Amino acid sequence: MISSRNSERIATAIFYLIALLVSVLLVALIGYILYHGLRVINWHFLTAAPQPFQAGGGIGPEIFNSLMLLILTMLLTVPLGLGVGIYLSEFARESRITRIIRICIESLASMPSIVIGIFGLMLFVTILKCGFSVLSGVMALTALNLPVMTRLAEDAIKNVSKDLREASLALGATQWQTITNVVLVAAIPGLVTGVILSAGRVFGEAAALLYTAGITTPALHFNDVNPFSNNSPFYLFRPAETLAVHIWKVNSEGLNPDASQIADGASAVLIIMVLLFNLVSRWTGSWLFNKKTGQ
Amino acid sequence: MFSGRRGLGLALSVVLAGSILLTGCASKSQTSPTPGSSSGVDFTVSGSITTAGSSALQPLVEQAANQFMQKDSNAKISVQAGGSGTGLAQIAQGSIDIGNSDLFAGEKLTSAQAAGLVDHKVCVVGFATVVNPGVTVDNLTKQQLQQIFTGKITNWKDVGGSDQQITVINRPTSSGTRATFKKYALDGLEEAQGIALTQDSTGAVAKTVAGTPGSISYLALSYASSNNTVKMLKLDGVDPTNDNITSGKYPIWSYEHMYTKGDPQGLTKAFIDYMAGDEVKPLIQQLGYIVGSDMKVSRNS
Amino acid sequence: MVSVDVSNKIGKYTTFACAILIITITMSIILLITYKGLAIFTRDGVSLKNFFLTTKWNPDATPAEGGPFVGAAPFIAGSVAVSLLALLFSAPLGIGIAIFMAEISTGWGCKIMQPVIELFVGIPSVVYGWIGISVLVPFIRNHIGGMGFSLLAGAIVLAVMILPTIASVSTDSLRANPADIREGSLALGVTRWQTILMVMVPAAMPGILTAIVLALSRAFGEALAVQMVIGNAIRMPTSLLGPMHTMTSIITMEMSDTVMGTVSNDVLWTIAFMLLFISFIFILLIRTINRGRTAMR
Repeated sequence: MISSRNSERIATAIFYLIALLVSVLLVALIGYILYHGLRVINWHFLTAAPQPFQAGGGIGPEIFNSLMLLILTMLLTVPLGLGVGIYLSEFARESRITRIIRICIESLASMPSIVIGIFGLMLFVTILKCGFSVLSGVMALTALNLPVMTRLAEDAIKNVSKDLREASLALGATQWQTITNVVLVAAIPGLVTGVILSAGRVFGEAAALLYTAGITTPALHFNDVNPFSNNSPFYLFRPAETLAVHIWKVNSEGLNPDASQIADGASAVLIIMVLLFNLVSRWTGSWLFNKKTGQ
Repeated sequence: MFSGRRGLGLALSVVLAGSILLTGCASKSQTSPTPGSSSGVDFTVSGSITTAGSSALQPLVEQAANQFMQKDSNAKISVQAGGSGTGLAQIAQGSIDIGNSDLFAGEKLTSAQAAGLVDHKVCVVGFATVVNPGVTVDNLTKQQLQQIFTGKITNWKDVGGSDQQITVINRPTSSGTRATFKKYALDGLEEAQGIALTQDSTGAVAKTVAGTPGSISYLALSYASSNNTVKMLKLDGVDPTNDNITSGKYPIWSYEHMYTKGDPQGLTKAFIDYMAGDEVKPLIQQLGYIVGSDMKVSRNS
Repeated sequence: MVSVDVSNKIGKYTTFACAILIITITMSIILLITYKGLAIFTRDGVSLKNFFLTTKWNPDATPAEGGPFVGAAPFIAGSVAVSLLALLFSAPLGIGIAIFMAEISTGWGCKIMQPVIELFVGIPSVVYGWIGISVLVPFIRNHIGGMGFSLLAGAIVLAVMILPTIASVSTDSLRANPADIREGSLALGVTRWQTILMVMVPAAMPGILTAIVLALSRAFGEALAVQMVIGNAIRMPTSLLGPMHTMTSIITMEMSDTVMGTVSNDVLWTIAFMLLFISFIFILLIRTINRGRTAMR
């Protein structure tokens, strides 16, 4: 019979094994993507426009579109999410209205992204006549990201110590002054970390964008930077296929002979971006924390 | 067998190249400007239009639009995909200027929705039955093809091949390619449900057929003939080539349509005229489609 | 200068407006999808039984051909099968990771497993789908059998995708256990393993269940990664190595080629409505689980 001490050891070993297995899986996944992708990536691939039906196209416009949609989405969701977070944590008393708000956030968070995508197709693309466009895509992504951002904001604000808040109020500051000058400032490290992490997820989203930002992109001419001009890359009513959507498209719609190399390269770029978001979020998080505690 | 296949491929490409050269010459020898030629296109109109729909047609329209915009710097043509259904729905509602479709509007829309839509046939696209290169069969009769897709024949040995299970790869029920194949290859017979893998589109079908032993599917000719990872089959002994399609010998083809709501005006008219003109013909051929004016046969919905 | 009182009010009302906006967005999605989703029953006259219990799919078929056939059972069954199978693969691993991180090796847990789990979360679903097509599908075809595109491939891809959800939510729940119950148990002479299995895990059970429901909900809603590897054959998911279809993948594939206002389009909205409905059921489940927890403590 195995002694209880030995069985403990075996059980512990099994759990180490599971942890090892999962870590190896991650390394293998990322290693596979980078190994296949880095052979494809070069300056031309990163900047050139895709070829509709020949080999040798790049992913330049897709990278630009992904970044543009990400930045616009963040410009919308960060203030909105912060607003809801502040309202829930600072102003609202538990009531029927806060319960409704919370149920809404929870429902929105659990909606499948394809459902939000076809909602966007119906409302933004068709009823509001925005077409397959940057704007439709940004609005769909905002609906997708808003619940995440709200929770983040609420948690970050709630983590600010009560003493700080009470001290500020005791010094005669109003509630709003306390929120903007004390609570938000103290919550910044938590907020920034969360925002950058969720940016990584927005960057990789595809299902919500198929039917909103579209699966095509026009030729981008960077000599025209006026966002109200039809030909500008910054024009909000042009279709904007993102990097993640492009990977899906070259696999299904793609007519290029080098479709699999393109998918390899684009996957690697996507993964590198996500890794970068992850690292940056860690660095800024600890940097801001040090800076704050250093003062 | 292998060299035989290579020989077939060679013959095919010669025929293809020949047909392209011939049509190229034919269009050059025309001296008087036909109403469709580009000399009749008005490059002075300005404005902004949007086209959406068929993803099969999208590369052609996009390239043509880029060429057009270089000539007419005041024009802005936004080309979106979204699928034939989306294109037709949006043009029926009037939310875009041109709706691109693989199908006649009447096949997708109710007659009330289709009322007032004007069809502009841009080009013709042929479809080939394709199989995994490991399949030894070279020719299928229409009846055999129908029996395979309706699930009555499930092994290649029943149609003269080796003892291997047939894997049917189909398109989604709403796909225009599938509708064309069903109408002209299967004579409208209902495919057996559940025997087939379904792949979203051309690229995915080609990749799946290339990777799945014993598989059969159908692909746009433009794509199948340039793709040597799949093998094209004859239908009733007729090779799927552009020549056989223009002469009416090979039946599996369809039009690519651009629909407008009412008669086109302004920039929409100029661009549709341009699509029918000489300058777009090389693009149509480059993409492997057939120029509409080459067709010696025609169809109405 | 704006008076103090006014700035307070402005602040309160602006943030309240943000909250109202989130309610508006959620409500408009729910209302629109419900409105579109019910059209198949109200306008096209399809019966509930037809939609839920038949398997024949050809919404384009004319009434003359006996259509439209809108049997959604293969998609519903497909989604259920692939999600549950993914959970079967993923739950033991995910909970194992959580126990490792929270109980066995907290040092390694923080330094290595935490970032590993976060990176898993960050990998976009299309990348999982792409690896699924280029590695997993050929592997299954060559070494296990079938065509590769299969229920098994879909479940494995999903299992990897929901693993971080299970692991991180379960870990949080284990870590939230008060330290004194562990110490109490150990003080009674119970071994570490018995403590983990008999005390810590049961105490964290509501959280672990929440993790499982969340993961299931994510698996149900995932569209592209699954669609890329399951083969999308419209049939009941009767075999591990056979191709199948899901609710999300039929929407992804057919939405663009159908025309709004037709039966073939309406039925896709009905499936979207079902997805929405199922996600509410998951929320209710989570709420029920956690109501039990607050009552317990």
